Order: sequence, then C-alpha cells, then structure tokens
Amino acid sequence: MLEPIKVSLESLNLLTLAPMLLAIAGGLVILVLDLISDKLHKSLYVMLTILILIVDFGATIGLNVNERGFFDVMLIDGISIISQLLIIVASILFTPLALTSKRFHEYSYPEFFALFLFMVAGFQFMVASDNLILIFVGLETASLSLYTLIALHNRSNSYEAAVKYFTMGALAAGFFAMGSAVVYGMTGSIELYQVAQVLSARLSETGLMLAIFGSSVLLMVAFAFKLSLFPFHTWAPDVYEGASAPLAGYMAIVPKIAALVVSIRIFGMYIDLGVEWVRIMILILSVVTMTIANLMALVQEDVKRMLAYSSISHAGFIMAALALDTTEGTTSIFLYYALFMFTNLGAFAMLWISRHKVRRFNARFDHPYEKFAGFIHIMPMGAVIMALFMLSLAGVPPFSVFWGKIYVMQAAVNAGYVWLAIVMGLNSAISAYYYLKLIVYMFLKDPVKDVDTVYYNLSKPLMAVIGVATVATITAIFYVQPLISYLYYMISASGY
Amino acid sequence: MDNILSVLVFFPAIAGLLGFVVDKESARAYGITVAAIEFLLSLWLWFSFDMNNAGMQFVEMIPLIPDFGVNYYLGVDGISLFIIIMATLMTLIGMVSMSITENVKNMIITLLFLEMTMVGVFVALDAIIFYLFWELSLVPMLYIIGAWGGPLRVYASVKFFLYTFMGSLVMLVGMLFVAYVYHNLTGVWSFAITDWYALVLPVNYQLWLFAAFFLGFAIKVPMFPFHTWLPYAHGQAPTIGSVILAAVLLKMGTYGFVRFSLPMFPDASVMMITPIAIISIIMIIYTAMVAYAQKDIKQVIAYSSVSHMGIIMIGVFAMNSEGIGGSVFQMLSHGIVSGALFMLVGMIYDRRHTKLMSEFGGLASVMPKYAVIFGIMLMASVGLPLTIGFVGEFLVLLGFYQISPVMTVLAGTSIIIGAVYMLTVFKKTFFGPVTKEENKSLKDLNTKETWSLIPLVAIVVWLGVYPKPILEPINNSVNAMLVFMDEKAITPEAKEIIKVPQSVMKKEEVK
Repeated sequence: MLEPIKVSLESLNLLTLAPMLLAIAGGLVILVLDLISDKLHKSLYVMLTILILIVDFGATIGLNVNERGFFDVMLIDGISIISQLLIIVASILFTPLALTSKRFHEYSYPEFFALFLFMVAGFQFMVASDNLILIFVGLETASLSLYTLIALHNRSNSYEAAVKYFTMGALAAGFFAMGSAVVYGMTGSIELYQVAQVLSARLSETGLMLAIFGSSVLLMVAFAFKLSLFPFHTWAPDVYEGASAPLAGYMAIVPKIAALVVSIRIFGMYIDLGVEWVRIMILILSVVTMTIANLMALVQEDVKRMLAYSSISHAGFIMAALALDTTEGTTSIFLYYALFMFTNLGAFAMLWISRHKVRRFNARFDHPYEKFAGFIHIMPMGAVIMALFMLSLAGVPPFSVFWGKIYVMQAAVNAGYVWLAIVMGLNSAISAYYYLKLIVYMFLKDPVKDVDTVYYNLSKPLMAVIGVATVATITAIFYVQPLISYLYYMISASGY
Repeated sequence: MDNILSVLVFFPAIAGLLGFVVDKESARAYGITVAAIEFLLSLWLWFSFDMNNAGMQFVEMIPLIPDFGVNYYLGVDGISLFIIIMATLMTLIGMVSMSITENVKNMIITLLFLEMTMVGVFVALDAIIFYLFWELSLVPMLYIIGAWGGPLRVYASVKFFLYTFMGSLVMLVGMLFVAYVYHNLTGVWSFAITDWYALVLPVNYQLWLFAAFFLGFAIKVPMFPFHTWLPYAHGQAPTIGSVILAAVLLKMGTYGFVRFSLPMFPDASVMMITPIAIISIIMIIYTAMVAYAQKDIKQVIAYSSVSHMGIIMIGVFAMNSEGIGGSVFQMLSHGIVSGALFMLVGMIYDRRHTKLMSEFGGLASVMPKYAVIFGIMLMASVGLPLTIGFVGEFLVLLGFYQISPVMTVLAGTSIIIGAVYMLTVFKKTFFGPVTKEENKSLKDLNTKETWSLIPLVAIVVWLGVYPKPILEPINNSVNAMLVFMDEKAITPEAKEIIKVPQSVMKKEEVK
C-alpha cells in the first residue's frame, strides 16, 4: 500500500511561483473580461497587461536570492531573478506598442494579450528552474504562444513566418528532449545540480565522455535554433519579416534572454566540469554567427531584414561571453541585453510607426531603405532618434550598446581571449557599414515619393515608448554603474 | 574657475542643443557668437594657465563607472593647451567665412557638436572618455561631408567613417588590454591615462599594444598606406569641412601618439623609430610628388597636408625635446596654414565653381588682396623663414638629425618638393596673363573674407617671428614627458636614445 505523501505548505515555498502565477492569472482575467463584455477597447487590455506586468515585476524583485521551492523544481538564484526582471521590463515596453493610430488586426482580440501574458509566464518558468522537464514545459508554453502571436498579424507572410518558426521550434524541441534524455540516461537525474554532482564524480569513466558529447551536441542544436546561431539561424530573417515590427523587436530580446539563461545553466555546467570542447564549440559558433550575420546584413535591401540579421549578429556576439564562463562574462551577457533591449525595441518601434497597410515603396518589402530616404526633411526628430539607435547598435560611444560591448570585450580580454576581443571589434566595424547605410539614406538622400505619410502609424503611446528608449539609450553612461554592480552582485551571489 | 575644461567641452554642445530653437535666419549669427565665446573661454584658459607647471592643470575627476574604472577625468598641459585654442579659433574663423547657404542651421548645430568632440579629445585624460569623443567626432564630420559635399559625397563620407572606425576599434581592444594589465598589477580598475603612465610593461606587450594603438592613430593621421580616405574626404567635403578636418581632426592622430604611445610604451616607440621614419619619409616624398601631379588646387593642398603630417610624425619619433616640441608646434602651424589654404580655395571656388588650376591664370592682377594672402599662406606652408611653418619644420629636422642624418636629409626634401608644387600652383593660378574671360571680372575678397583671413595672417607672421610664448609651455611639458620616459624605459637602447634635455639636467644638478 502506498504511503500518503505529506507535504507542508511552507516547504513548497509558493512565493517562488508567485510571479508566474500572477501573469497566468492576469491572462485568465483578460479572457474572463472578454466573456463578460465583447465591446471593450484594446486600450483597456493594454493597460491591464501593463499593470499585471508591474505587479509581476514587484513580486519578482522581492524574491530572496538562492531559494528553492515547489518540490525543489523552482530555482530562484541571481540569474533567474535578473533575467525575469529583464523579461518583464521588455514586455512592459512592448505592450503599449499595440496602441497604434491605425487599427491592426491582432490587437482587436483580447486573446492576444492573454497569450502574451502566458508567454511571459512560460519564459519565467524557463529561467527559474534547473529541472530539465520544467524548462521544457516553460519553453513550449512560451513558444506556442509566440507562434500564435506571430500568426495573428494576419498577413500571408505572417502565416509563413509562424509556420516556419513553429516547424523549426518543434525540431528544436525534439533535439532538446533527446538531449535531456541522454543526460537522464547517463546520470539518472534531470535536476542539473544533481547531474553536475554525478558527472563530476564519474568524469574519469570511459564512455561518459561520449554521452556528454551526445547530450551537449543535441542540446546545443536545440539552443542554437532558439538563439539563431549559425547554421540554425536561417529562419530568423523570414520570421522577423513576417512578424509585426514590435514583435520582431521583442523576439530579438526576450526569447534569447531565456534561452541564454538555460544555456548558462547547462553549458556553463559542462565548462565548469572541464569539458573544454564545449567551450570551443560555443566560441566557434559565436564567432561564425556574428561574422556571417554581419556579412548577410550588408546586402539586405530591407531595414527590417537588416535589423533581423543585426540581432543575429548581436546574439552571436553575446554567446561568446558564455564561453568565457567567468562572473564578468555572465554579467556582461545581462548587461548587454539590458542595454541592447531599449535600443533594439526603439529601433523596431521606429519601423512600426512607419508601417503601412499596403506596401507603397516596394512590392517585396515593407521597409525598404528607399522608404527612409530624406527622412531628415520629413520628420527631423524621428530621423535623429533613428540615427541615435543605429549609432548605438553600431557601438558608437556614449550610447547604450557601446557600454555593453566594451564590457563584453573587457571580459574576453580578462579571460585571456584577446583574439576574441579583436574579432568582436572588427565585427563591430563591419556592422557599422549597414547601420550607416540607413543613416546615409535618412540624412544624405532626397525623399523618394509621397513622403507625407512615412510616420503613418504614430500615436502618443508609441511616442512615449520611443521617448523612453531614446532617453535610456542616451543616458546609459549614468546608469551603467548601478546596473553593473547590481548584476554583478546577483550573479556572484548565485555562484556563476 | 576650476572647471573651465568642462565648460569648454559642454558649452558648445549645450549651445548646439539650444540652437534647434533659434530661427533659421539668425542661426549663423548665433553660431558665430557661440564660437566666439568659446574662443574667448579658451583664451581665458591660456591666461590662467600656469606656464611653469609642466604637469596636468585644471584637473577634474568625477567617477562615472567606478566598478569598471571609468572616470570623467579631464586635464590640460602645455601639449594640449594650444591645440585646444587652435581648434576653437579655427571653428570660429571657419564659421565666419562660411559661404554655405542651404540648411545653415543644421550646419551650425553640427559644427557646434563637432567642436565639443574636438575639445573633448584634447582634454580627456581617461582613455574611455578619450575614445568616446574620438568616435563621436566622426558623426558630425560624416554629416558635414555627406550632406554638403560634392557629387561623390556619400562614398567619401562613408569611407572616412568606416576607415577611422575600424582602426579605433582595434585601439579600443588595446585600451581594454592595458586596463586589464593594470588591474592585474594593482587590483584596481582604471582607465586614467595618468595611472597607465606608471605601468612598466614588458617589451613584447609594449610592441603589441603599440601596434594596436598605432592602427587607430595612423589611420587618423593619416599615415601611408592608410591615407587613401583623405583625398576623397577633402575632395568632396565643403570648405568648412576641409578646414576642420585638416586643421583639427588630423591632429587627433598625432596628438594620440604623443599622449598615449610615447609615454606608455617608450621601449616599443624607440624600437619602432626606423620603421615609422621610413613610412613617414615615403609619406612625405610620395604624397608631395602626387601633389605635384594634381590638377585641382584643393587636391594639391590635401596631398600637401598628408606630406606635412609626415614631418610631424618624424618629429614625434625623434625622442628629444626639439623633435617632439617642434612637431607639436608644427601641428599648430599646419592647422592654421592648411586651414587658411582650404578657406582660400573655397573662396575662389565660390566665385568660379571650379578648382582646376587650368581654369585660372593671372589672378594676381584681378584679385590682388587674395593673391597676397594666398602667397603668405603658401610660403608658410613651404616653410619659409619668419613664417610659422619654418619654426616647426626646422625644429623637427633638427631633432631628427640626432637620430639619423640621412633620413633627416630625405625628410628635408619635403621643403624643396613642397616649394616646387606650391610655387607651380601659385604660378599657374596667379601669374601670367588673364586668359579666361570669366576671370577678368572676378571680385577681390570682400570684407567678411578679408577679416576672417587677417587674424590667421597675423598669427602666421607673429609666431614665425617670435614663437617663444607658445614654444616654452610646450617644451616644458615635453621635457617633463621625456624625463619620465627616460626613467621608465627598460631597455638600454631606449635609455640611450631618449634624450633628457640639457636644461632639465642642469636644473637637477643645481638641486
């Protein structure tokens, strides 16, 4: 006869679950509101979503560092707290972009916001656990919601994007499941901290290396899909192009933060165990990714595709920091994304304000470079702000991404990888070309045609978001210090 | 006013921001007023500068990112003081003589931001702050060349930006590495240049770091073979762009060598004397010959600019008081003279819309004032005694003579070849009969143009006759740097070549 399981409520430590539960409950509330009355305006849902995310933020920031909860599957360490905070902040910035002056299909459904909150919860689960199954569940919850959000944009290439992303995501999920199975097979555990203990005790055994090889390659493929690393990056430009501009900007940040956190947990563990070729594999992947993506971005004719390749390149750039496996390296990952977040969302928001319902400039692309020709004459403020974002992405000081870049490069130099720092520097120089191309079009060329409506989609909430992003981009020099010390404290507290 | 340096840096930037509000019609007057105030502020800096103090003065330090060792750290010494004054002066004069009529407001605002970055580069004592202004200076220049330039302007501006950007990113890695070494040795993060001076690095580190910094600075100078962006930039830039580029932006590179490479890597610098001297001599002779082959007056001056930068480079690597002091002086003289020459070319271009020598001839009889001023500037550029150009060139050659007489003679040919191409320009443009009909009715310099050139003529003659008030503070700081380099050098060759000036040795004996 089975013994009844006795679990005391305190030992569950349900507070660790509170942030995700809040987001899920919020999503359900939105669905219920829709049931009660179907005449509610989208602005209500936007504001509700923001409020829920703010409460979520408060619940996350109040968590104690290094706690476990809910049968020990939840792990609240420094990186899970800071990554959740980053995810929530990015989501708060993203949400008001729904309030455009023109009506877009997807925002008229309250389900959009419910799905969005479920997705946030999924990402939060993913980063707040070291249990491979819970990570998988979080990943799939988030991804499935995200596919739907892309498809809701209701253009033929949005469906294409969603299906493409779904197929790739399913493949990646398969690889993840297989990799986890190998890990379970060789250690008998799916809790990463137990896996690490077992592995370090048995590292000298013959045959174990082969198993480590199998698991790390399978898992690497899975995360290379999610992080859009070469050679698994090909879906990214098409998906970004098909998704609405804000969602594309969001996809360049939040899913990647979540995937990086899990990568830090898994591959950081392997590197810590002394499996040196995992480090080499990551280094090669990241260097090739940033270079190839940069070269591809050079030849793009569409600003959105250029930004897609640029975000692949940034992902490669930051992946290299993972291979360093130092506290500074890990800090630089979060610092980089914290700074990159504002600039990137700002840049995609600038595309969003210039979104037309029909393609007026080019039959193939929504945002060809020609569209921005002579932007300085049409909308001087907009052109200056867009140029600021481009310069920031290129790594021109004193704008935000520059500080992230030098911190990553400094971490590389400190870990003894001077060549890596030089490769990063040269890649930044290459990338300057395509960012400059947009600046050249905006400032140095004359407008093409019926220019009065480039900022077609502008509204007050969008201006507010762009304003926040601009201020954050320009004044980075003043908040980098507290940011670094907070991130460094949180990360070193959790032992990375 | 202890924080005069911050005021100098941020005054033009704030004025630039406020300039967005100023009406289009008044933008030009606004810009000139701001530039004049900035120039007066820089003069004030000069008068309150302690001439006997060789170290950094008006030092300001505010921690920005203490965990990472980045501080807002400014200071000025004899080497940077006059370059700052030259930068503010050339901005003012360039703005006064500016003939651009379209989008004047944008131009004024851009120039004011550019002025901030220029002053910032020369007062920064923190490597990251230095790098910040260094990179930021590219953006306004990109816009000036790209928006007001000639037909190939986009290509020229993008080439200018990318070339410099690439070099400086390698330099940035070098900076990060120095900071890392500093952290390893002291346990503290610091990007302060004055802290870095105290680092005694092994020779192989010095060589690698020297190479990294070299790439950043050499592209800016521009040293052969990295000079190819310059003729394009000058060829396409509007007059004001060329003036600022030649007068101030190129000096950032040579200033970087004096501020970073020499005191931080004395041994590597001594080892690199011969290669750099060879490159510089190639640069001097080759570009002078190219200058002779040009048909366009502006291109002649652009290439002569490169040639003169070669002289400055040789002086920097003479490793003695005459050479380095002379080359800092030559930076000022080249700034003023080439700036003036570009302005003069711009003035004739405004009248005739061509810069080809073959289109002119006999202008001396049509435009006497113009011819006289052009003649004076041309003589100064060639290095005629009693002009500003002579002092610097003479000191540089004197200094380098102690390193290698043969190379000095080769470098000295620049004066001869320079005279050849410059006088050819002068002959073809100003002498002989007036052949073209259009040239007969050309108007001589108007009041605005005359009065923007006269101060420069005055400076050219004044400093040519009596350079002491400027040379003395420069030499003070240079001597202090040399003494310091000599103490710091670890190889015997370097100790031998770095000459501690005699005046300093005597003072020490007295003590």
